[in-house]
Amino acid sequence: MIEQNELIAGDIHAYLQQHERKELLRFLTCGSVDDGKSTLIGRILFDSKMVYEDQLAALEVDSRRFGTTGGAFDPALLTDGLRAEREQGITIDVAYRYFSTAKRKFIIADTPGHQQYTRNMATGASNCDLAIILIDARHGVLEQTRRHSFITSLLGIRHIVVAINKMDLVDWSEEVFERIKAQYTEFAVKLKLNDIRFVPMSALEGENVVHTSGRMPWYTGPTLMHVLENVVIVSDRDFARFRLPIQFVNRPNLDFRGFTGTIAGGIVRPGDPVIVLPSKKLSRVRRIVTMDGDLDEAFTPQSVTLTLEDEIDASRGDMIVHPDDQPRIARAFEAMIVWMADEPMPVGGQYLIKHTTRTSPGVLTAIRHRVDVNTLEQQDTDHLNLNEIGRCVVALQRPICFDPYQQNRSTGGFILIDRLTNNTVGAGMILDHDPQQLRGTHRRDMYLAPVQVQRHDSHITLEQRFQRLGQRPATIWLTGLTGSGKSAIAYALEERLFNAGYLAHVLDGRNARLGLSVDLTFTDEDRAENQRRAAEVAKLFNNAGLISICAFMSPHADDRDWARKIVERGGFPFFEVYCHAPEDVLEERIRKAREGNIDTEKVIAFSDLDSPYEPPKNPTLLLETQELTLEQSVDQLMDLLTREKIIR
Amino acid sequence: MPSTQATHAPPTPARVLTHLQHLEAESIHIIREVAAEFDNPVMLFSIGKDSCVMLHLARKAFHPAKPPFPLLHIDTTWNFRDMYRFRNEYIVGELGMECLVHINEEGLKRGVDPFRDGSKVFTDVMNLGALRQALDKYGFDAAFGGGRRDEEKARAKERVYSFRDANHQWDPKNQRPELWNLYNGMVQKGEQIRAFPLSNWTELDIWQYIHLENIRLVPAYFASERDVVEFEGNLIAVDDGRVPEKLRKTSRREWIRFRTLGDYPLSGGTLSRATTLPEIIQEMLLATRSEREGRAIDKDPGASMEEKKRQGYY
Repeated sequence: MIEQNELIAGDIHAYLQQHERKELLRFLTCGSVDDGKSTLIGRILFDSKMVYEDQLAALEVDSRRFGTTGGAFDPALLTDGLRAEREQGITIDVAYRYFSTAKRKFIIADTPGHQQYTRNMATGASNCDLAIILIDARHGVLEQTRRHSFITSLLGIRHIVVAINKMDLVDWSEEVFERIKAQYTEFAVKLKLNDIRFVPMSALEGENVVHTSGRMPWYTGPTLMHVLENVVIVSDRDFARFRLPIQFVNRPNLDFRGFTGTIAGGIVRPGDPVIVLPSKKLSRVRRIVTMDGDLDEAFTPQSVTLTLEDEIDASRGDMIVHPDDQPRIARAFEAMIVWMADEPMPVGGQYLIKHTTRTSPGVLTAIRHRVDVNTLEQQDTDHLNLNEIGRCVVALQRPICFDPYQQNRSTGGFILIDRLTNNTVGAGMILDHDPQQLRGTHRRDMYLAPVQVQRHDSHITLEQRFQRLGQRPATIWLTGLTGSGKSAIAYALEERLFNAGYLAHVLDGRNARLGLSVDLTFTDEDRAENQRRAAEVAKLFNNAGLISICAFMSPHADDRDWARKIVERGGFPFFEVYCHAPEDVLEERIRKAREGNIDTEKVIAFSDLDSPYEPPKNPTLLLETQELTLEQSVDQLMDLLTREKIIR
Repeated sequence: MPSTQATHAPPTPARVLTHLQHLEAESIHIIREVAAEFDNPVMLFSIGKDSCVMLHLARKAFHPAKPPFPLLHIDTTWNFRDMYRFRNEYIVGELGMECLVHINEEGLKRGVDPFRDGSKVFTDVMNLGALRQALDKYGFDAAFGGGRRDEEKARAKERVYSFRDANHQWDPKNQRPELWNLYNGMVQKGEQIRAFPLSNWTELDIWQYIHLENIRLVPAYFASERDVVEFEGNLIAVDDGRVPEKLRKTSRREWIRFRTLGDYPLSGGTLSRATTLPEIIQEMLLATRSEREGRAIDKDPGASMEEKKRQGYY
């Protein structure tokens, strides 16, 4: 610091030049009062000459009143100005402190308080690059050490300094230091924290905080300050994937349309191709406009204004990205949620979700498990209490563009807002979830969630319909591989019923895709959705008194069970009918179909399964279509319907 | 070195933001967010250096357009004359900003006077009272303030979006957690958000930025020979004829500058010869007393910052 003062006094211009080039580092201090957290912060501020005379004078007064060091300088009192407020019950989630050295400007997020620890720490950690985890050398790794480390890792902090403090109370023992280091390393493996450094120190005596220790010659590593000044943080940011959530569309006149926002990831240059999501409109960047002239390049986390080559209608909440590396777009996702409100969060709870610059209504459709922050144990639960963390499924009204939080904090984090009180009640980090596991399930989760839409009930009862139509509604679900004869049987059955005076209607996979599901592809997820829609329609037909005949390959038992649930929830019988034929027969039938069908691609697509067909375990009826004629299959179905009193 | 660190690729120096660029980006984000999410925002503009930095950032945020909100100057009628000139000629005249001016006319009629009534009564009526009147009159749902967290120990915990109920009350027990840069701007009718885009700036950052960006300031920030008198332990400027006769008789000429500007009777100056920004920064860095010391409002007994804030001062 002395050199700095000389520079200031001697050559202020040189000083300014040096200091206008400093980097910014935000860090978090984790530990309770007993670990010496306040002492450490006070020590850092004091040793970096960030304390003014008048503050020191105030400190002297405080020392007489609260001092714990018997009159000696107590750095803790520098930061304990919040103590009084704590006593008054004022909530302090995070207190921010500022200091700088010749190399960097620092923002300390200090999170006091025990009860609210998880909530406060998550809040403080959300913007930090580094965390200091304090361990009292006398006690080693404690439950709270684990908690702090878990939250640190959850919030995506990449750098950890484990400050093994109060070394003065363990005789500056290298053995103690090494033991704690080994203890911590062993447990940290589970958390995927990859940059961990250990510094033995005494914050009270100022050993290894800013100045090198004379008391621990065995330690040859850097001081805490050295780490803070030199740790490389720029590579923590995602420069690979360009993301610009549109914050505000700047339209001063008809000739200028600027899309403003903070670059959440990547780099952008004039001429770059871009795509606007979710509308998927393509264009190129024309200019990067600033008050000081156009830029040749801009990168995260700069706040910019872009103009595009084409007149594109995009608004706040949309995202401009590079077309070659797009984020995920979905209405539902899985996330770790930290609950921050006194009122617990139930499954089915409805909130506003603010993610990047978009706020949309959403439902917490499922809690996979809760994580005990102390033991990291996963527990089943149907709600989250204040300060609890859980893995949840969130379903939104409209799709959003996101990246996994661990890849990009800006496009992977969100907050939950209570719709009545407007309070921020939770924070979420979107998981890098294997989409396989989510396939087709998110819409179901939405289905289970309570909706506020009021049902309208018909004035006509089922009994009245039965009197009129002479039949009871039911759904027959034909499943089986391509070539097993489902559709043929379905249409034959429909015809037979019609000729006998009954009303039935066929829904088949292919027809559904011509209209109802024209927006879907043939992935497992979309197949599941196609079937879900079909089941809903079948239920509606049943409501109208009709017999629904559904012919869907429906390879997954899970999806068929779901269709059953939908229909049965409507109060109608559901008959699963398994159409089966040996493989060689199927192949022969497909070959023939291709010869007669110009649109071979469709056939291939249908048979090109992502995963194997799961035969029904207990179908209502099994039709061996190689052994039965079409007539015989329909006979069996007619018998079933009569037996079940669907028809007379 | 005791570390399990994986080796990082060396950073590309060109893509490292300096701390000032970082702060600038963050402030611009906050300003745009408020402009986008609120129906009727306003920027409280005291004509001080923090206000000038805030306005500069707002201009950057919306260039080539003007900021889509007006400025609001709560005029106690006791500001430095320099400040009025600066407001009219530079802010409104040259920059073309819309600047609403509000005076507590009732207080003016009562003749509230800082010399006679003391800083607390004066500030309550002409500052706090006027601010409330103005916010109610125009129905603003968000107001930008130039407050910084480093100004006072108790401000360290203040949010970027500070929630105020329909009576402009700040309830310390009812503030919202703030994560990432996701600010919660949901308010009911009548409620408000005070937004502080400079939360993470320190006094040094402000000065460095002013220097780097060449931001124009009111001349009273720079040292000059001025007529001064001692009032309530501060060295204040004899800025106009309203300094009481008895006091004026004690006036003397001094080289002086002001670290914070507001009402001249309440702004204590510092003896200084610093006439350029680098010189001011140099003095500030070598100083051993914190910035707000010259501000009468902080020293008033029973009028802590916290109290002021609860009443809606900030």
